[in-house]
Amino acid sequence: MHELSIAMSIVDMAQEEAERQGNAQVQFVYLRLGLLTGVVKEALLSSYEMACAETLLEGSKLVIEEIAVEVFCPKCDAARVVESIQWFCCPECGTPTPKVLHGKELEVVALEIRQ
Amino acid sequence: MSGEPRLVEVRKNVLKQNDVVARALRERFRQAEVLAVSLVSSPGSGKTAFLEKTLTMLRSRSRVAALVGDLATENDAARLARSQAPVKQIITGTICHLEAAMVQNALDGWDVGELDFLFIENVGNLVCPSSYDLGEDLRIVLLSVTEGEDKPLKYPTIFNSADVAVITKLDLAAAAEFDEAMARRNIQAVRPGMEMFTLSSKSGEGMEKFLEFLQSRRTQCRAAAAV
Repeated sequence: MHELSIAMSIVDMAQEEAERQGNAQVQFVYLRLGLLTGVVKEALLSSYEMACAETLLEGSKLVIEEIAVEVFCPKCDAARVVESIQWFCCPECGTPTPKVLHGKELEVVALEIRQ
Repeated sequence: MSGEPRLVEVRKNVLKQNDVVARALRERFRQAEVLAVSLVSSPGSGKTAFLEKTLTMLRSRSRVAALVGDLATENDAARLARSQAPVKQIITGTICHLEAAMVQNALDGWDVGELDFLFIENVGNLVCPSSYDLGEDLRIVLLSVTEGEDKPLKYPTIFNSADVAVITKLDLAAAAEFDEAMARRNIQAVRPGMEMFTLSSKSGEGMEKFLEFLQSRRTQCRAAAAV
């Protein structure tokens, strides 16, 4: 259950940016969350509410875009989205591949603010 | 409050702080020509027994030390100290994983330049440690024969984040009716091409082969540092 510490990092980051924008009121925080990060969306959402309490972010919403796991298939010479993270292989030709292109993102993309 | 809502681009990695420290650690290890190896597994997979055996066997030929993370108690450090290698306990309190800054703090007062191998035993947990880079050169995930062959499929994230898989407690394999071929298949499913070892820390079976692998990795990392 490390989602709370991750939520606190998100709040710190967003708060810093809100202060830079003249203590703007933050309405939404947009986050990209890769399915290979080991961070659970639901746990992060509830941790976020706790982490926001008594900060500039109180009342804001965390909006999470989940990023699928994309690997590089050497046989097809193409990027492919895996069907399951229990099976790292090309969904087209079945070639196993460890090369992960996407799915490890844990990134605050943007804030929606009101001055 | 007034004014229209507007979007401000941020584009920042949430774990940036950890990644910055981890990168600095990795560079420090590279310059010191020390191979940093971290261990992750569920609680009770035999990390500490494996590490004690590794330290004891390696100590006669290499300079070794270990950091060991736990939520509470210094029991593991006391066990590992029997190997007579320098050992330091990191007590994480309520935190379920190690972070790069904890490793950095624990190394305070240690000259990593005097080491060939530094081992970092993470908190027993197959979920949280996967997100945190500790600056290690190799991440080893342990799977004991008593845990079931499908552990890699249940925790694909951590198995995918590791470089090497070690199947432990081989001495109990028959009693546990362990299907090694299936375990190996499952490991390869979540991390194709991953290096695998099967061993028993208790009997020592398979340990030599693993230690040879560690030595060759260190030689490679030293060659890379010399470039």
